[in-house]
Amino acid sequence: MADIAVIDYGMGNLRSVAKALEHVAPQLDIVVSSDPDVIVRAGRVVFPGVGAMPDCMRELESRGLRQAVAEAAQSKPFLGICLGMQALFEYSEEGNSAGLGILPGRVLRFPAEAMVDDQGQKLKVPHIGWNEVHQAAKHPMWSGIPTGARFYFVHSYYVESGDPDLVAGFTLYPFAFTAAVARDNIFAVQFHPEKSQATGLTLLANFVMWDGRAQSGDCGAEACR
Amino acid sequence: MGLAKRIIPCLDVTAGRVVKGVNFVGLRDAGDPIEIARRYDEQGADELTFLDITASSDERDIILHIIEEVANQVFIPLTVGGGVRSVEDVRRLLNAGADKVSINTAAVTNPQLVTDAAARFGSQCIVVAIDAKQVSAEGEPLSWHVFTHGGRKDTGLDAVAWARKMESMGAGEILLTSMDRDGTKIGFNLDLTRAVSDAVNIPVIASGGVGNLDHLVDGVKKGHADAVLAASIFHYGEYTVRQAKEHMAKNQIEVRL
Repeated sequence: MADIAVIDYGMGNLRSVAKALEHVAPQLDIVVSSDPDVIVRAGRVVFPGVGAMPDCMRELESRGLRQAVAEAAQSKPFLGICLGMQALFEYSEEGNSAGLGILPGRVLRFPAEAMVDDQGQKLKVPHIGWNEVHQAAKHPMWSGIPTGARFYFVHSYYVESGDPDLVAGFTLYPFAFTAAVARDNIFAVQFHPEKSQATGLTLLANFVMWDGRAQSGDCGAEACR
Repeated sequence: MGLAKRIIPCLDVTAGRVVKGVNFVGLRDAGDPIEIARRYDEQGADELTFLDITASSDERDIILHIIEEVANQVFIPLTVGGGVRSVEDVRRLLNAGADKVSINTAAVTNPQLVTDAAARFGSQCIVVAIDAKQVSAEGEPLSWHVFTHGGRKDTGLDAVAWARKMESMGAGEILLTSMDRDGTKIGFNLDLTRAVSDAVNIPVIASGGVGNLDHLVDGVKKGHADAVLAASIFHYGEYTVRQAKEHMAKNQIEVRL
């Protein structure tokens, strides 16, 4: 049984996710796998992914991974990254496709008419680069990471959570969008911790240690921001 | 506070070494790519770009090993370009650890490659590199053409229109190099940078001509660049990436410090 399984469903460069996990946890057995059995039996699961949502769902289906992802998302520390976060929700505007529906909410494209900053400068899409993640709730995954720390993003779509209590972090571009969600054993992020240098490695190290329980009690709006 | 402007050191690599030329000729050795990549990462570089300027195809695999080695040690985004001609070339670079692949000459000879690669791997990892040179005479309205083959061949294509076309075909980002300025250290071509950046909705990385830290500030403020790329000012120890970022911050540009 692997300590950590990184789900391989043909969507993007999984090597960097595995390399970053190996870097923070050299003692652990980390596998990149498309075998549903390996995923269901692993101690922890990472669900990464870059690319387009319709391809993501098609690949999960054709590799027989849909059930394994759903099962892992119910039972063990589970980290979704980028497309792996978006796929957890019910619907995506990208290709008008259904998601896994594990979390309530939908995935929307940054609306062209809103993409202007407070100085009237055009904001580009994809949202590429280092932006601040403001922590909206206390969580063991944020341990050692200050609120407002910068992570690396690259995406054109964002999650609109159907339940405000899911939001663990948000980012401004130019409006506040969901940068991280948390529920029970699930933590999922829009940014790429594996490409976010020391801050990203801290988040991955937290995942390796995490028991899969969200800390009870919201952080008061004041204290967190 | 929001998205930071990026500073991207660029490593031109041939035969396993980092080199730098002036106006695309006269190469000078700058060191070992893995060592240099680690140094820039420690200094706070936001991304790294590697351009494989190897002429012969039998040496192409050297860059793959370099990228693998860098990706094992450096956890920031890596862009790799140079000689990318097929979807298979893109796949090999991504598998080696590149996060983005830059397509230059092949985007001109076969624009469909940009669409095919974006469809397969996502627009976010497809960068189109444009080498542009001013073609308007003194007194005429400014215009720039796209050049290929390391800057030797004028395609006749208008650089601004070409950037728009590449966006529509699936490019996620434009790496814009002013060939008149490359290696000259007199600053970015700000008219060109602004014309392209204002014409597209995808991020534009300005390149070519940086000689001091004010040039980086100008690239963002006057050129409207989303990211600035430089090579020689960092390679030969004139400035560190951190000094560059501190200088930009002092000039009210948001950076990751």
